[in-house]
Amino acid sequence: MKNWLRSTVFATMVALTPLAASAQQPQKGGTMTVTFKDDVSTLDPAVGYDWQNWSMIKSLFSRLVDYKPGTAELVPSLAESFEVAPDGLTYTFKLRPNAKFTNGRTITAADVKYSIERAVDPKTQGPGAGFFGAIKGHEDMQAGKASELPGVVAVDDRTVRFELSRPDATFLHVMAINFASVVPKEEVEKAAGDFGKKPVGSGTFKLADWTIGQRLVFERNPDYFDKGLPYLDKFVIEVGQEPLVALLRLQRGEVDVAGDGIPPAKFLELKNDPAYKDQIIQGDQLNTGYVTLNTRIKPLDDVRVRQALNMAVNKERIVRIINNRAVPANQILPPLMPGYDKEYKGYAYDVAKAKALLAEAGLKDGFSTVLYATNTDPQPRIAQAIQQDLSAIGVKAEIKSLAQANVIAAGGTEGEAPMIWSGGMAWIADFPDPSNFYGPILGCAGATQGGWNWAWYCNKDIDARATAADAMSDPAKAGERAKVWGQIFTDIMKNDAPWIPVFNEQRVVVRSKRMGGDASIYIDPTRVLNYDALWIKQ
Amino acid sequence: MANYLVQRLIQTILILFGIAAITFLLLYLVPADPAVQIAGRSATAQTVANIRRELGLDQPLATQFLRYLGGLIHGDLGRSYAQKTEVMTLIAARIPATITLMVAGIAAELAIGVTLGVIAAVRRNTLLDRIVMIASFTTISAPQFLVALLLLYVFAATLGWFPMSGFGSPAHVVLPALTLGILGAGWYARIVRSTMIDVLNQDYVRTAKAKGVAPLRVVLRHALPNALLPVVAMIGIDIGQFMAGLVVVEAVFGWPGIGQLAWQAIQQVDIPIIMGVTLVSALAIVIGNLLADLIAPFIDPRIRLR
Repeated sequence: MKNWLRSTVFATMVALTPLAASAQQPQKGGTMTVTFKDDVSTLDPAVGYDWQNWSMIKSLFSRLVDYKPGTAELVPSLAESFEVAPDGLTYTFKLRPNAKFTNGRTITAADVKYSIERAVDPKTQGPGAGFFGAIKGHEDMQAGKASELPGVVAVDDRTVRFELSRPDATFLHVMAINFASVVPKEEVEKAAGDFGKKPVGSGTFKLADWTIGQRLVFERNPDYFDKGLPYLDKFVIEVGQEPLVALLRLQRGEVDVAGDGIPPAKFLELKNDPAYKDQIIQGDQLNTGYVTLNTRIKPLDDVRVRQALNMAVNKERIVRIINNRAVPANQILPPLMPGYDKEYKGYAYDVAKAKALLAEAGLKDGFSTVLYATNTDPQPRIAQAIQQDLSAIGVKAEIKSLAQANVIAAGGTEGEAPMIWSGGMAWIADFPDPSNFYGPILGCAGATQGGWNWAWYCNKDIDARATAADAMSDPAKAGERAKVWGQIFTDIMKNDAPWIPVFNEQRVVVRSKRMGGDASIYIDPTRVLNYDALWIKQ
Repeated sequence: MANYLVQRLIQTILILFGIAAITFLLLYLVPADPAVQIAGRSATAQTVANIRRELGLDQPLATQFLRYLGGLIHGDLGRSYAQKTEVMTLIAARIPATITLMVAGIAAELAIGVTLGVIAAVRRNTLLDRIVMIASFTTISAPQFLVALLLLYVFAATLGWFPMSGFGSPAHVVLPALTLGILGAGWYARIVRSTMIDVLNQDYVRTAKAKGVAPLRVVLRHALPNALLPVVAMIGIDIGQFMAGLVVVEAVFGWPGIGQLAWQAIQQVDIPIIMGVTLVSALAIVIGNLLADLIAPFIDPRIRLR
């Protein structure tokens, strides 16, 4: 089993090497069909924020900077170049001269300003407003006191300057996030509140047709500024498709990518079938599944108790329960994230030591607590496994298995949920930067009513170190900064242990025989399916 | 008759109002906060507060409800929280599929259910009767998911007679309708059987037989129409149920009906959609029952509407 696991991880790592290493060259043309169970909710880049519409919005719109397909490497996109001032407080972007919206109009600096302001404007009801917090005037606009951001300046048609109120090392990532997509004002106004169903952008594809509840048709944007992309002529998203049915259709050649992956019941059958060897792609993503230990509820407020619980959970067994679709985790950051601490080994599974620690904390006979989990398979099964592990050290955890929205509500209410298994809502990074794993889920700012810091962990000292790390905005110091962040996360686990990191879940995608390209564009670290780079073997 | 209609109309409005009030209250008793749902994980407290205010969720419950009713009177169901699209647009886009499946499903239920019910009644207490009744009991209890997948696997995946999923051509509707037919026919079969047995024991049937009317004609022409009254009432209930959406059948066959919409909205605490679907299906139940009541006098002249 161990060997199998190692070889899988190794295969994934090989598969995730850059595009150039693949034996086949991408070919142009063809129509791909992708299925999903859920309908696409919105394609408005200022509003859409789920893993399904995330990748579609990426391809419909373009941003000043973006990631090289299949990697976490930032490259200029709508901007042909950019400059960062030495103090890290001013970013100046030069736009490409040939970039056009799909309605034919040339993109100008004013469009960039409009789009960022739209994402921050409370009226848009966008979830991503907070990402732009470093831009001058952000607070006033969020508070409804101003209708524009003085920190975004359209210097001339092709030059846009961002002025920041504090250095932000993640700022280029923020410019690459979906919420920073450039949208044409006239089309937003024409759509009269329904831009999410009538999106117009400047990405590799344009939306040709949307039959609500049935299908979306994306066609290649012939005017896309990078003439090399995309490879496909067209792709069709069919929604409302049960994963099991999607799989049957894929086997019959009617579907190219089953977007929801393989249903658990079918996983081993397909995984062990040599015929599907090249069709199943399993890869790492920027994700960690964890149990939050509420630092404000007794007896979890004692760090020894939290450490004991960390030692009590048999992660290898939990990974087996989900058919090895994950790798056991020993720390907060996932292995792909810059700052991941290879030296740190976390808390090894050790029942005797866990019991001893509990005794030391005055809980020789254990205690009773509650473990929350979402109610969709396999999360309740995982919660039960954790429950069994905890009972071995005398901790009786009652499982509360609820709808996702109710678990989120319990987590965000102080004093409510002692422990939450994050499965089904686990943290997947917004962008490949370690700070994204801190602020909302472990920082003091997130430990608030309706927040996502469900451990209610707030360490002022760590908060200060985090702020300092994010001020290291010199790109040349990126490596050093990642180390600083790595140390922060290691210290959090070593000294405070507010989480039990359980595993790093992998994503599984099935594709038809005719689909080309390697794993990294099916499980792209920043967008899952990378529609720009997928291609069909002719 | 006109009097009766007015009375029913007033009743309908009261029922819809009551349903709107209860649904609204229940949705707000749920601890899940729609603003937190929309804002997602990275949002700051300020962003969540802004979204809450923009959606009017910071207002007292009564104000929110009155505002909702105000919209409703103008035929405005509001906009989806998650999608921002008007709820009316989202529901209207799915109504054709829902009604298609409803009509086809009821037709299949009737075709299978009434036939089996008549056969069981005519051959009552025989082996055939027992087989039919056991079969109807089995299908009533069968899990929708299983029956749907089984049909899909055999007739679409293996034999390839019908498309696997989707909506648009008559071929698409066959398997979903058949699934509903098999699952719902048991109820009809049982009802038809018991009322048919009653009717067949009545004097006028005996008279018809004595006059030498062909047995098949006795059953179909003389007895059956009088046994159909409860069936019509059941169709009325079915219309309502089908309009509320058939989540499982829709899911298996990729049928773009209203059930899918409701299911997804519940996951996202998208209150305007949940309210909209609830009201539309409540309206359908009321109308379905009204139709059943209106049709009843035509089948049985002894019934008068007052």
